[in-house]
Amino acid sequence: MMRSRSLFPLLTLIGLAALVLTACGGSSKKTSSTSSSASGASGGTLMTVAKDAPSGSPDPQIDYTLQEWQLLILTHDGLVGFKRVSGAEGTKLVPDLATSIPKPTNGGKTYTFTLRKGIKFSNGKELKASDVKYTFERLFKIGLSPNAGTWYNVIVGGDACVKTPKTCNLDKGVIVNDAKGTVTFNLTHGDPEFLDKIAVPFAFILPTGTPNKEVQIPPPGTGPYKFVEYNPNKQIKLVRNTDFKEWSKDAQPNGKPDVILQKFGLSAEAQVTQVENGQADWMFDPPPADRLNEMSTKYANQVHVNPLTAIYYFAFNVRVPPFNNLQARQGVNFATDRNALVKIYGGPNLALPTCQILPPNFPGYKPYCPYTKNPGSGKWTAPDMTKAQQLINASGTKGALVKVNTDTTDVNKALGLYFVGLLNKLGYKASLQALAPSIQYPYCQNSKNKIQFCYSSWFQDYPAASDFLNILLGCGSYIPNSDSSPNIAEFCTKPIQAQMDAALQQGITDPSGANTKWAAVDKAVTDQAPWVAMFNPKLIDFVSKRVKGYQFNPQWYFLLGQASVK
Amino acid sequence: MAVFEPEAEIGTLGIEEVGGEVVGRSPWELAGRRFLRNKLAIAAAVLFVLIVAVSFAAPLYANYVADTDPFVSNLSGTFTQNGKTIEVIQQGTGTLGLGETPVGPTWHAKYFLGADSQGRDVAARVLYGGRASLEIGIGSAVLAALLAVVFALIAGFFGGWTDNLLSRLMDLIWAFPVYLLAISLATVLLTAPNGLKIGFLHVSPGSLWIPLVIIGIVYVPYIFRPVRGQVLSLREREFVEAAIAQGASNRRLVFSEILPNVASTVIVLMPLIIATTILTEAALSYLSIGVQAPQASWGTIVEDGQALLYTRPWVAIAPGIMIVLTVLALNVLGDGLRDALDPRSKLRTKG
Repeated sequence: MMRSRSLFPLLTLIGLAALVLTACGGSSKKTSSTSSSASGASGGTLMTVAKDAPSGSPDPQIDYTLQEWQLLILTHDGLVGFKRVSGAEGTKLVPDLATSIPKPTNGGKTYTFTLRKGIKFSNGKELKASDVKYTFERLFKIGLSPNAGTWYNVIVGGDACVKTPKTCNLDKGVIVNDAKGTVTFNLTHGDPEFLDKIAVPFAFILPTGTPNKEVQIPPPGTGPYKFVEYNPNKQIKLVRNTDFKEWSKDAQPNGKPDVILQKFGLSAEAQVTQVENGQADWMFDPPPADRLNEMSTKYANQVHVNPLTAIYYFAFNVRVPPFNNLQARQGVNFATDRNALVKIYGGPNLALPTCQILPPNFPGYKPYCPYTKNPGSGKWTAPDMTKAQQLINASGTKGALVKVNTDTTDVNKALGLYFVGLLNKLGYKASLQALAPSIQYPYCQNSKNKIQFCYSSWFQDYPAASDFLNILLGCGSYIPNSDSSPNIAEFCTKPIQAQMDAALQQGITDPSGANTKWAAVDKAVTDQAPWVAMFNPKLIDFVSKRVKGYQFNPQWYFLLGQASVK
Repeated sequence: MAVFEPEAEIGTLGIEEVGGEVVGRSPWELAGRRFLRNKLAIAAAVLFVLIVAVSFAAPLYANYVADTDPFVSNLSGTFTQNGKTIEVIQQGTGTLGLGETPVGPTWHAKYFLGADSQGRDVAARVLYGGRASLEIGIGSAVLAALLAVVFALIAGFFGGWTDNLLSRLMDLIWAFPVYLLAISLATVLLTAPNGLKIGFLHVSPGSLWIPLVIIGIVYVPYIFRPVRGQVLSLREREFVEAAIAQGASNRRLVFSEILPNVASTVIVLMPLIIATTILTEAALSYLSIGVQAPQASWGTIVEDGQALLYTRPWVAIAPGIMIVLTVLALNVLGDGLRDALDPRSKLRTKG
């Protein structure tokens, strides 16, 4: 998923997390994950600021933005969750509302959970197994949940629910026993990523009786906080859930601040100034490029830089001239000066050049970079213009018109401008098409628009290679004439898809062996050059002086609830 | 109450006393003489010509002075100044070394005004940008004037349903706020895949013709209205009736009798319209729906500079200054032309 837009139907794409083994966190001099351990007193108000409210719906089963997910993990829980700590541990699944993580049975098709006892929603009702079934039926019934038809239709009855949401019935897919507190999921086929998928907010458990339609404020949850205000034009306010009692520090630790506020309407420039002045404790938006030097020199102690398992790339359309030609795609890849692109993003301390699809320290990652001078080390070192010119001459595509599509944000537009210059230098006739961010992503996804070369970025949903390779470059992710077709390159190669399917199948029983297969898929796809993979970004968190106990979780990023402002 | 000014009134009548002799002069000659007496207007004209000249000399500046291609990124480039090698984009300082900052103004031939975030020479881009802004500004004003005069002559001269049809069409365009209409047209035309195709006409994406035509069209009613009014009035004047009585054809009436009499109105309007079209182009380009990269205009450069306001303000300030100077010069020039070509309006103002 992406950080600022949604995915599938919603097209808001915002990203989640980054698996990141912070130990390999690149060259940033301060790659904090915990700048000051999880210390600090409780109480006070954590004041955060953002330009806009989370895009899309406030409904937890619809929203697909990091911005809201960072809050939803404080108010709601799933049966399992990602461990709320910094570093590589943060990508591990731990039992949350369930007492343990079950081993799948029936060939990977059945999972049985037992719920913890005594957990209450913020409305005072006790959590029951039937709430779980209700939640999963609601996921389909509201009809707007972006991944209902791609992630959760694996539950028996899920496909029928996608077709007729209103009459959704998961009697056979989710079998519950309130007396015993057990929940059994029956799947139509083994899914190695099922546990990851139920650990994200779409599958966070809601109380029975929550309206089966989009809500304008997240309903009661089981976490240490509850939403009391959700005004997209003003602010979101979270206060303590007095019914919360910590049951697992790993899954859902109690929060430090009494109140968490997120105010909207400030530009990124103003957000930086407010944090500098101590008027705000954290800014959601990335700091503007012209303030980085100032932050780096005057406020270094308040800046936290963390590598992300994410990628910035330009997708070629492999079905539209001139980039339906492999040599042309490879030529542009060889010509790309990835160091220059890193400079646009903010410099070598904020991004690392890459040639491949999977980000470093990710399952299935094996360094590979054929599009560089002196390949072999797996790292990009410099562009090879001679090879690029040879390939492009051989392709016979010189002189073709190319529209470079990007969005209007400063950095992404600058990346597009770089490629306009490069493509012109290579003999194409390139021009820039910069569209508003909310329009650009769906525009690029829709094959009707016949895009040729389009900017995009991707942040992991959960730590699995298929979340990049299969979702972004799998045949099933290319949906012609749809705004929800994340395979922007329209890349579909049967032998490679067969490799992906085999890796997915192996993942049910042998995740480690599957990752070896994914590494081979990554290499095969990179050789086909459906993208110019540019760099793996890092994230800057800028906090006020009074924030103590900053923790960066690779899945959920800055753990707001663990920050002390007292 | 109007104040009678003998000199001005005599001038208006085309009679001037020179060395005790009364000399007859044509209205155009008189206008020229009046214009030359207006020092402020002359200064504005000189400034405008200067801006046009330096803008059109952009390729010379880029090739022979700055030695740069202002349309290609130079993110990894260096240049030498006073024996020192300087990086065009410099890594941030401080403990964390975050951010990359383009070189600031050197006040030397290379990177005189510094570099933008793509490492391109800002001075060269401002000159090239001026060329595009002026081409679009002047081109769209000329297009608007041509269309408006043609429509106004047809509507005013023939009257009846022709006048009704054309006037309502102009009202329709006028009814839309200028920027809203321009933005709508630009959004549609610029997102057309592979440019714009109308019959045999193919306009490539990024062509300057797209903003030129859009801006030209939205300003047609602003010239059409006053010119049509004047044509309607002239149509009833005695000299036109006399020409009709002599059997003059419609063509002769329009081109020989009416058109010369509306020319001064159009000439007075032109600098003001050019100033307005330059501002519109800058606004559209600032919004990324005017001139398209890799081309530059003053509006696109202001937009480029917005992200560098804290560290490299000259990137935005330089094109801003050029826009202000150009529009100011054109407005003063327009006032001077109005005073020269229509001295009665000056009398009315004084009254």
